[in-house]
Amino acid sequence: MTEPITGPIIGPITEPVTTRHTLLHHRALGAWAWALLVALAALPPLLQALGLEFYTVVATRVLIFAIAAASLNLILGFGGLVSFGHAAFVGLGAYTVGVLADAGIGSAWIAWPAAMVVSGVAAAVIGAISLRTRGVYFIMITLAFAQMFHYLAVSLKAYGGDDGLPLAARSILSGLPLSLADDASFYWVALAVFALVFAGLRRLVNSPLGWLLQAARENETRVAATGGRVFAVQWTAFVVAGAIAGLAGALLANLNGLVSPHLMHWSQSGQLMVMVILGGAGALWGGPLGAVAFLLLEELLSGVTIHWQFALGAILLVVVLFAPRGLTGLVARRSARSKEAAHG
Amino acid sequence: MAEALHDLSRAASSRLPELALLQVHRLVKRFGALTATDEASLEVRAGETHALIGPNGAGKTTLIHQISGALAPDGGGLFFDGEDVTALSMPQRVCGGLVRSFQITSIYRRFTVLDNVVLAVLARRPVAPSWWRPARADEAAYADAEAMLALVGLTAMADRAAGTLAHGEQRQLELALALAARPRLLLLDEPMAGMGPDESARMVELLSALKAQRLTLLLVEHDMDAVFRLADRVSVLVSGRVIATGTPDEIRNDAAVRQAYLGDEAEAADRADAMDAADAAGPSARSHPAKEGA
Amino acid sequence: MDLILVAEQALNGLQFGLMLFLLAAGLTLVFGIMDLINLAHGSLYMVGAYLAAAAMAAGASFGIAVLAAIAGTALLGMALEVTLLRRLYQRDHLSQVLATFALILMLNEGVRMIWGEQPLMLNTPAALSGPVELLPGLMYPAYRLLIIGVGLVVALALYLLVTRTRWGMWVRAGASNRAMTTAMGVPADRLFTAVFGVGAALCALAGSLLGPLLAVQVGMGESILILAFVVIVIGGIGSIRGALVGALLVGLVDTGSRTLLPAVLRQVASPEVASNLGPALASILIYLLMAAVLFWKPRGLFPARG
Repeated sequence: MTEPITGPIIGPITEPVTTRHTLLHHRALGAWAWALLVALAALPPLLQALGLEFYTVVATRVLIFAIAAASLNLILGFGGLVSFGHAAFVGLGAYTVGVLADAGIGSAWIAWPAAMVVSGVAAAVIGAISLRTRGVYFIMITLAFAQMFHYLAVSLKAYGGDDGLPLAARSILSGLPLSLADDASFYWVALAVFALVFAGLRRLVNSPLGWLLQAARENETRVAATGGRVFAVQWTAFVVAGAIAGLAGALLANLNGLVSPHLMHWSQSGQLMVMVILGGAGALWGGPLGAVAFLLLEELLSGVTIHWQFALGAILLVVVLFAPRGLTGLVARRSARSKEAAHG
Repeated sequence: MAEALHDLSRAASSRLPELALLQVHRLVKRFGALTATDEASLEVRAGETHALIGPNGAGKTTLIHQISGALAPDGGGLFFDGEDVTALSMPQRVCGGLVRSFQITSIYRRFTVLDNVVLAVLARRPVAPSWWRPARADEAAYADAEAMLALVGLTAMADRAAGTLAHGEQRQLELALALAARPRLLLLDEPMAGMGPDESARMVELLSALKAQRLTLLLVEHDMDAVFRLADRVSVLVSGRVIATGTPDEIRNDAAVRQAYLGDEAEAADRADAMDAADAAGPSARSHPAKEGA
Repeated sequence: MDLILVAEQALNGLQFGLMLFLLAAGLTLVFGIMDLINLAHGSLYMVGAYLAAAAMAAGASFGIAVLAAIAGTALLGMALEVTLLRRLYQRDHLSQVLATFALILMLNEGVRMIWGEQPLMLNTPAALSGPVELLPGLMYPAYRLLIIGVGLVVALALYLLVTRTRWGMWVRAGASNRAMTTAMGVPADRLFTAVFGVGAALCALAGSLLGPLLAVQVGMGESILILAFVVIVIGGIGSIRGALVGALLVGLVDTGSRTLLPAVLRQVASPEVASNLGPALASILIYLLMAAVLFWKPRGLFPARG
């Protein structure tokens, strides 16, 4: 019997399987992540001590957008699906909370899951149609759907039409000793949601489903040729991303005290995309980092000059030209270079 | 590694050799006014290595696309292991054991060689992929992948980005990806495309090893040496139609095939033979060289 | 249904469609040849409108103002191409989105810095401010007729330019197969700059012509940009013919539905529903049209790429 060709084997494989270098697995900083969480939790009392309580609301806003950006990063960065309509899911979640509050249902335990369900179902329908297209056509179809929801919301005079619907009352977290009326409590709730979402997304991205999603981004034909169901994988990710965006929307409705069609405008989708790309599409921290950078820049620059948008644009340009993989790419490059320097 | 081959042969059909594993029945495919596949019929028996040859433009790749599920035929039928698979999608056929490799290498260039094969193993799993358990901890998948790499001789390259491999090595990876899907019939679309003589020889030995394990192969190739060395039977495709099927010797001597495919070469070879025969017969016979073959 | 009204709306649709064509033509060429997603295309339209308004405010006649706007915007466009956009051709679409989004921010704020927050006034030239009687009973503003006239002339000129000149041949080749075109020695750099310049000029023409009808304000580019993208997707990316057909379709459907839909709805539903749902449906109709076209022809009506 012929001995099959083996090629030069350099001895048995000694490295354990789980530590081989791979682009598919995304680490979340390990122990440092916990330290970060603790530090973030300590932010409100710190701000209060500095007399800067106002910034608690800013920080909450940043966290909510970090959640929305992380959800978009799942399909945009990891899936390679450039959806220009993601704000629609945020808006749908917000409107669900608004409409329910208007009808007298104020419990967060009902309204927030409802927001996720509504957005998730919308994502399921939109995804089922859009995911049959590719490239720029996918971008345009997702944009079209978002615009449709935007205009539908404008036409709903019963819910304020173009001006929007003020939130009857902030969601009530019945059973918990926390009130969303208190800025610090709201911040901690948002932080908890963010941490859970981030941990969940990390799991998803490093799972076989997440790996196939990334594989489909790289080479769709190859995935199909090896038996993978590209559509099912992408659609699942799309629905998950939509539901999480809906949750972000529910939080945003509470933060703003208002739900309006503007939430679903394509410029909002564009802003979310910019956050993800700025942070680093396809990197685990890309969405959150981008949201933080964008909103903090906005906050800082608008305090310095009335023409802050010009400065913001200039900074974004610099990032695009010199940091091709966004901010996480910059950080990764610097740490790689310092590792090289250390090892000589 | 012996295990891997053993697994493959278990996956390969252990039926009686006379039973057709793949039946292509009068397949038709048109692109506008061009009929690329013109009622092509062939059958591949379980355990055999069947080669598909034909001149350029005969429609071999179009036929392979239809068999693998990348293109839907306009007419005719496809049967795999007795089942009608004409309407099945490519992933469905792959899960059923009908797997192809590509003529133009299609791999995940940015990921490592090992990642490439692990992804193929994960994609092939009949159950829906898990959302929760880290893929990196999937011992079975990694063991499978490493076995495939060893089989095609790429273990040393496991951690290199697939895009940095030499062309021949990428073709080997292409084969490993196809094997990772546990094929019962492997469609090889020009596995030796673009390879130099050394690389081709290695690939031929590799394919011989697979053949020895009774894995059914349908091989499209231009390299005639390889075809005649490996193939049990050969089908000849000309203008979208299979004009002849038989053993390599039968095909080599078939008049219609020689005309259509080997053409001028065959005529020249015949004339040379006749000249030699005339020389042997004596100088007088030289003035009237016999012309054989049309 | 009043025939006069229908005719009026048809002319309005034609006028809007032709202006959309001016924007879409540049956009489809840039996307088709350089594979560049340029979100700042609408900003060039805005700059054109502002330059025209500024020129008129400085005392120039309407015609001179329009020419000044075209020249100024074309120069700006080419300068942007040479300094910034050229570096983006090799980059992925996401980077292009980020970069051109940044450009929108800078151009919007730049305009605000020069001309302030308030919308500018751009008046129709006095000679054209009256109506013209096209048919007995059908009065149509002369200015809008001018727009239609200019639009048709430019469309014809573009057609001749693209089909009858060498430059046009390069453009069509580039839209069809970029790699091959550069491999065949076409001076890509100059071609791309020229294409961008022409696109910017067309934007400026549309902006200065539409200025008197719509408001000249910061952000006017974004709303029309979306429509332009819809047009080129319907028409087929890289095809000027597609841009024209798509633009006319979108222009007619958009204009027509805004007046006709509420009227139709009023026949079948309560006036309240009609006034709420009408405008929303009219806005959505464009996207439904795009979806319908893509369903039937997935690459658009006249895809340039083979």
